[in-house]
Amino acid sequence: MKLPTYAVSWLQVGPVALILILFFGLPTLLIAVISVFDYDHGQLFPAFIFDSYRDVFTDAVTVRLYLTTLGFAAVVWTVTFILGFTVSYFLVFHVHSTVWRTVLFLLCSIPFWTSNIIRMIAWIPFLGTNGLFNQVLLKFGVIHQPLEFLLFSNFAVIIAYINLFTLMMMVPIANAMGRIDPRLIEAAWDAGAPRWRIITDIVLPLSKTGIALGSIFVLTQAMGDFYVVKIMSGSQSATVVSALSTEISGLQYPPAAASSVILVLVVTAMVAAILRVVDIRKELAS
Amino acid sequence: MSASDNSRPWTFYILSIIVAFFLLFLYGPMLVIYILSFQGDTGGVTFPMTGLSLHWFQALFTQEQIGDVPEAFERSFLLAAIVATATVVLSVMAGLGFRRRFPGAAILFYLAIASLIMPGLLVSFGIALGFQLLGLDVNWFTSALGAQLTWTLPFGLLIMFAVFGRFNRSYEEAATDLGATSWQRLRYVTLPILLPGIIGVGLFGFTLSYDEFPRTLLTAGSKNTLPLEIWALTTNDTSPALFALGTVTTIISFVVIGVSLTAIAVVRRRRSGGRQH
Repeated sequence: MKLPTYAVSWLQVGPVALILILFFGLPTLLIAVISVFDYDHGQLFPAFIFDSYRDVFTDAVTVRLYLTTLGFAAVVWTVTFILGFTVSYFLVFHVHSTVWRTVLFLLCSIPFWTSNIIRMIAWIPFLGTNGLFNQVLLKFGVIHQPLEFLLFSNFAVIIAYINLFTLMMMVPIANAMGRIDPRLIEAAWDAGAPRWRIITDIVLPLSKTGIALGSIFVLTQAMGDFYVVKIMSGSQSATVVSALSTEISGLQYPPAAASSVILVLVVTAMVAAILRVVDIRKELAS
Repeated sequence: MSASDNSRPWTFYILSIIVAFFLLFLYGPMLVIYILSFQGDTGGVTFPMTGLSLHWFQALFTQEQIGDVPEAFERSFLLAAIVATATVVLSVMAGLGFRRRFPGAAILFYLAIASLIMPGLLVSFGIALGFQLLGLDVNWFTSALGAQLTWTLPFGLLIMFAVFGRFNRSYEEAATDLGATSWQRLRYVTLPILLPGIIGVGLFGFTLSYDEFPRTLLTAGSKNTLPLEIWALTTNDTSPALFALGTVTTIISFVVIGVSLTAIAVVRRRRSGGRQH
């Protein structure tokens, strides 16, 4: 018996499809269903009402949550892009020894393999009022009173985000840059192109798949975070998902589900906009 | 670095300084907690060190109030091993499947991308709701396992796309021409060539699971995984025991990375050695 080739493919992708449908597709649909349910004291009542959505859209807090979240995402995206691009550029085009490049690349990527929570907590003894940074500045007389804004503030949240997410931007960009034919750059150099033109006209356009992939990772992580903002802002700031997690712990499932649906739509729109510019699947396979 | 250093452009030096600062930014705070985890037994969570001791490491394994760290660790390690194995097997299979055109390929691809970008807490929330509605208890080896796979499988699939993108099909054609069956071709040609990428997928699966927090938060049930245990410590307790736990899990992550990278290096070396004979 010989199966048609598409049936062989179906058997091969079947388990992944099944798991994604069971543990991602259906639960996501369920959230959408629950969002129109009625509730009382943790009890859910099947209904088809849009009260939860009305509450989300009419609550002034919603706007503030989105502004905070998008603000964090914008700052973090900008910084991780500049850092990720710069470090990748250095590793790919300036480090010529393979051994050194591998060592530096490993050094940059090893923290990615360790716990995000631990890496986040690591900033606390560093940035605190009695933390290392303040102590060093005091000792050298740069400041006379410890800086208070360093920890449990939006500044701390952004520092932790940048620390956690830069690698997710850097690795895809470095991968894309590594595939640029060095002869292109030599040709531009020989033709007398200044350094910045080589970057803007050759390196940047040819790294766009990596930039797109990295941006997707960084933006979705920043939009979906709740624990970094809780700990690092000392619960002074709230983002969309951190507010959501509070609703979930309060057993307010329909409102939480409604704001989940809205957030998923926002994040999907952002990713779709990026995918419109770059066809990631085609580029990955080429 | 290399012999031609004297002809470096000025940008090289500026970029070197930026990269050095970046590495300091990545590792500096981590080094601080590794040092502080050896804090004396009367010391606190910041400098100065009141002494040098293993007190906080001992506290991890003995004190009741810190929760059940050794058991949480065992659970996390086992779960990560299961997730890594499933991710390797299923993403390699799916990667093979995606090499041919088949109806539904685009839908499945976008399902995987959607799963990748879904905020982790929402995955957790949806699965927890589903289990509650079905009257099932959430558990680390059922709901949490499924939740983590929705994250590791899309990653594994993307890596397999990249790996297959660089794969030279003429090796497979040669095997077929020499009379290999499709199983022999897979077993002796395709998989060995893909092995470094496959080990990479396994490493990804293991560490993503071992460190996963938001997807496990609402799906693990009453038995905590290690990141949940760490989370409980950050919100309740501010003793250097937290840093000791950070040091211990980092050491374990590093061992796993080391083993995987060594395995990849061995595979590569054996391969280049084989070519010379």
